[in-house]
Amino acid sequence: MSTGITKNTELKNTPSSTDEFIKGLWRENPVFVQVLGMCPVLAVSNTAQNALAMGLATAFVLLMSNILVASLRNFIPKQVRIASFILIIATFVTIVDYAIQAISVDLHKNLGAFISLIVVNCLILSRAEAFASKNNIGKSIMDALGMGLGFVFALFCLGAVRELLGNGTLFNIEVFPGSFQEWIIMILPAGGFFTLALWLLLFNFFKSKKAQV
Amino acid sequence: MNTETYWSIFINASLVNNFVLAYFLGICPFLGVSGKMETATKMGGAVTFVMLISSLCAFGIHALLVAINAPFLQLISYIVVIASTVQLVEMFIKKMSPALFRALGIFLPLITTNCAILGLALFQTSKAYSLSQSLIYALGAGTGFTLALILMAGIREQLEFAEVPNVVKGTALTLLVAGILSLTFMGFSGLG
Repeated sequence: MSTGITKNTELKNTPSSTDEFIKGLWRENPVFVQVLGMCPVLAVSNTAQNALAMGLATAFVLLMSNILVASLRNFIPKQVRIASFILIIATFVTIVDYAIQAISVDLHKNLGAFISLIVVNCLILSRAEAFASKNNIGKSIMDALGMGLGFVFALFCLGAVRELLGNGTLFNIEVFPGSFQEWIIMILPAGGFFTLALWLLLFNFFKSKKAQV
Repeated sequence: MNTETYWSIFINASLVNNFVLAYFLGICPFLGVSGKMETATKMGGAVTFVMLISSLCAFGIHALLVAINAPFLQLISYIVVIASTVQLVEMFIKKMSPALFRALGIFLPLITTNCAILGLALFQTSKAYSLSQSLIYALGAGTGFTLALILMAGIREQLEFAEVPNVVKGTALTLLVAGILSLTFMGFSGLG
């Protein structure tokens, strides 16, 4: 959680809104760089579809809470700000929870308690605390969109790999020929840890390559 | 009403469906404070303690929400009541037992909004456990969390002396170890 907060203190040189958007996608990607909100990333990334749904739900809550926090930032007393942020987030999560239940009962069953657990996703609280409570609505929206899409992107990276190797499918469509031996381990919990570790390795590798040049 | 025996609830929550290694709950503290054995033990103790309190709270809130027929308030009331109760207990401990406060104190506020805590409250509600079953479930989940954290800390203390390539250092290495730990915990399946 601390990385997200310290990184944003360097906002003095007032970057444009496009910068706010881009940084979440890549340079400060919430999952691969800041390592925030790990629980849902690992838990519901066993298929690409679950991962995408979870990512979008989180991005929506992030966007809405950032908007509300940014617009109320001058009215929320400093002492109770964290509690107020959590209340705001919890409200939107409840909305998302019921919305998903209305859209698809199967999806709701697959994601299970993890929709409710978006409340305690440190990514959302850290954006509210580190960004939305200090910036205007426009910038907060861009920040939320960038971070949200970065989160969706990361979840999709994991979900696609795990579904492809663990099930031989992508979005339930057969990709590999029938003779493909599925790597069951990839859909099991251990596979989540391994896949994320490998993605982080890849990111580290690119970073060290860049540093050498 | 759920008819599971206490023993099977405990084994299930602590080993078979370990909160960290099978449900991926509480990954942040798992990755964050598993560097040293001593902090890991204290963190485990604090989490178990908060889990017991929140389990008690969640049971009460659920009964109340069913009575007034307002299930949509579940999430909001869980998180607010649990967070404030932990805060209250923290003040109480600070007054009554400074030694205990020093041991658990700094971790208490950190873990109130931990997904393992809220997850526990949600699971026990959806499994319709009775009060005593809920408390056993909380104890089991806390024990499982502590176990995973201590195992991880032990391995990471050893890893300090290992020569790893620079690229792997940090979170990636911890996640790889966690994956292997998760595999070993799969050996417990069928036990509960």
